[in-house]
Amino acid sequence: MTGSIRRRGVLSGASVAVAGMGAAGMGPARAQPIDPKRGGTLVMLGATTRHVNPAIQSGTPAGLPGTQIFASPLRFDDQWNPLPYLAETWVLAPDGLSLTLNLVKTAVFHDGAPVTSADVAFSIAVIQKNHPFKTMLEPVTGVDTPDPHTAIIRMARAHPAILLAMSPALCPILPKHVYGDGRDILTHPANTAPVGSGPYRLTEFKAGESIVLERFDRFFIPGRPYLDKIVMRIIADVPTALLAMERQEINYIPYVTTVRDAERLGKQAHIQVSEKGFEGIGALNWLAFNTAKKPLDDKRVRQGLAYLADRTRMLRVLQGGKVPVALTPIHPGSPLYTTDVNRYEYDLKKAEALLDEAGYRKGADGTRFKITIDTIPGAVETSTGVAEFLRGQFKRAGVELELRTAPDFPTWAQRVAGQEFDLATDAVFNWGDPVIGVHRTYLSRNIRKGVIWSNTQSYANAKVDALLDTAAAEPDPVKRRGEYAEFQKIVVDDVPILFLHPFPYTQAAHAGLKGLPTTIWGPMAPWDDLYWEAAARR
Amino acid sequence: MGRLVWLARRLVHGLGLMLAVLVLNFVLVRLAPGDPAVVIAGEMGGASAQVMEQIRAQYGLDRSMPEQLLRYLGHVLSGDLGYSFYFNRPVAGLVFERMGATALLVLAAIGSALVLGTWLGIVAAQRPRGVAAQMVAIVSVAGFAAPVFWTGMMLLLAFASYWPIFPVSGMEDVGQPRHGVGWLVDVAHHLVLPASTLAMIYMAQYSRQARAGMIAALGADYIRTARAKGLGEARVVYRHALANAMIPVITIAGLQFGQVLAGAVLVETVYSWPGLGRLAYESILRRDSPTLLGILLGSSVMVILANLATDAAYRLADPRMRGVL
Repeated sequence: MTGSIRRRGVLSGASVAVAGMGAAGMGPARAQPIDPKRGGTLVMLGATTRHVNPAIQSGTPAGLPGTQIFASPLRFDDQWNPLPYLAETWVLAPDGLSLTLNLVKTAVFHDGAPVTSADVAFSIAVIQKNHPFKTMLEPVTGVDTPDPHTAIIRMARAHPAILLAMSPALCPILPKHVYGDGRDILTHPANTAPVGSGPYRLTEFKAGESIVLERFDRFFIPGRPYLDKIVMRIIADVPTALLAMERQEINYIPYVTTVRDAERLGKQAHIQVSEKGFEGIGALNWLAFNTAKKPLDDKRVRQGLAYLADRTRMLRVLQGGKVPVALTPIHPGSPLYTTDVNRYEYDLKKAEALLDEAGYRKGADGTRFKITIDTIPGAVETSTGVAEFLRGQFKRAGVELELRTAPDFPTWAQRVAGQEFDLATDAVFNWGDPVIGVHRTYLSRNIRKGVIWSNTQSYANAKVDALLDTAAAEPDPVKRRGEYAEFQKIVVDDVPILFLHPFPYTQAAHAGLKGLPTTIWGPMAPWDDLYWEAAARR
Repeated sequence: MGRLVWLARRLVHGLGLMLAVLVLNFVLVRLAPGDPAVVIAGEMGGASAQVMEQIRAQYGLDRSMPEQLLRYLGHVLSGDLGYSFYFNRPVAGLVFERMGATALLVLAAIGSALVLGTWLGIVAAQRPRGVAAQMVAIVSVAGFAAPVFWTGMMLLLAFASYWPIFPVSGMEDVGQPRHGVGWLVDVAHHLVLPASTLAMIYMAQYSRQARAGMIAALGADYIRTARAKGLGEARVVYRHALANAMIPVITIAGLQFGQVLAGAVLVETVYSWPGLGRLAYESILRRDSPTLLGILLGSSVMVILANLATDAAYRLADPRMRGVL
């Protein structure tokens, strides 16, 4: 292994002198200039996925390869600002009723066909019809295509979320001539043999085993991407994956899921870790209350339990104090997050008073009532550890908490989706704009038994419904922020959910790997500027 | 009884057994809590009720269980193992793709365990109270008692982390071309740790069996006769005693083919070995019943064949068996 590194290193060192010649403005078919950033293979940790088409499926397993294979109209920086991608410029009409995308003229798909406005119109129709996030493109009435490089998205009402809906993971542009052949998109063979216009093309898809991507030489951004090849290896066992990372068998883990693992990897001299890049997905770990079941249907009971929870101490015990408390339904990394809400600092007296007031006094045995908690299988720190901590906390006020640990995800999901739970730990993503990933949990019209990550808490508050509907269509950003601030305040006061903390994601990579994806979408954005430092190249 | 009649009878038994296995597995898999549609929706990041219905309809999950079972049996009998809910492709191809890796792992494990275990048993039997025999007994019991995943982790820590002489995971180096001698060496290099982990459990049983068999055999009259004839010790031990002591070992080896998949699930998961065991594990986690049933069917065929082969081996090893089996 070392031999090959050295050999490659010498070669690319010699080529530095010629670098930087072909900076810009050359046609896609030109000979590749020699660039010090060019070359090398990245072997990394992948995840099992059914296919790699993010147009019909959300989530990181499809999104990681999907955002490399497919380009989207826009991408974002690390401050939530949209940047040009397939759209070189764009105009959101002042009334918010249309978004005009002016497409790059040099973009082609992996099969050589040009990317046109017809493909954009087709893709948006597919996503609107098939993507699980129904609210994302709900107001879209159609896409006009006055010429091959202009697409105008028409909306029935103002829809500020439309810009974030153009993100890489949410709006992959599919070639109409491939996916529009009349076959069912959900089972289309091109979902595992995709044709996109992104920086890498898929060359091998082994279900549950590996995904191989190779550099697309005619990518529309000149000179990019830098890597020749990306191999996503699926290693199901976390300790094995960590060991493989330490041994440099893999050199990138996009989502390290516990603080403990991140610290272990960060201690290695050859590994860099970053906590940036997870604001967009906005994953929150939380405690859900079934507000349809006694005694949790009483707001005072839920508030009482919130005062008992003592999240600060919980995080000190479980996460070594390295993870902050999340106070509201919106991820702390979002510009819409507010801290102006009730913080439920630990207060035993207040908790007991609230429980008494609700009519649940201590019985002769010192117990008020008994409830259960379902934990999502995963790391102890974010699931069973939380439940065990809470059991001790609740006991102080005479509330018995019984743990129902699920052996695997399907068992847990059945209980929660079926609304057969009292309390449950859960991790849910914001997905950028609240309209996309937040509303679903709180709108009373989204109480749907059997549907996971709907309003499984059976939370219903007419004021919240109205606020969310107003904010969804609010073109004025300042007013919108105010509306979401009020929404956060009400939800925190109602406690259908006790928010615990942002999910502690970290990305870990070999120190020689530069240009880590740390924008708001982090690893779920094109890695066209990711490269091996010459000395570390492999 | 003629050899052909014997074989035909065994095959008919085997088919009946397979049908029973199919029905039983189908029912067991469906009894586990959890809905594949919810899993798929979970991975999608949530789904509307309409999408869930669509998924259920697509895979026939909206029908009654007896109807699903009949449809499944019909498909299997016509040679169609069904369509994986999760991996979104025909099960037969998926199982076939993974079969090779598991076969390699299992044969390497059982083969090395058989050879090494038997040899250790012989060594232990020659001086039952010697130091070597005690060591063999300790190692055997420890190897048998330790959980597979623990052994796997310990070997990984020792030989992939502390003394990094073997790779951590996978079956091949991704950079390598998949042909030539270099590739074979690479695969063999990756095979050492997982095969050793799996071999540990089997080796214990073989060595115990071989030891007991050899002690009995070495005390028998015909061995005394052989020695009296003036045969060398090696010939006495390996030709005369071993032939008889091997019968229980063959029995165990045959039985173990049936348990091999259970061990392979853990070993393949720990070492990321791309075989059927890991596929089975992932299918269980995702309630992907067609894939799981396909794997179980495949392994039941394997067990039936292994039993057949064991019986055939008996008939070869001991002519007296021909009347019984």
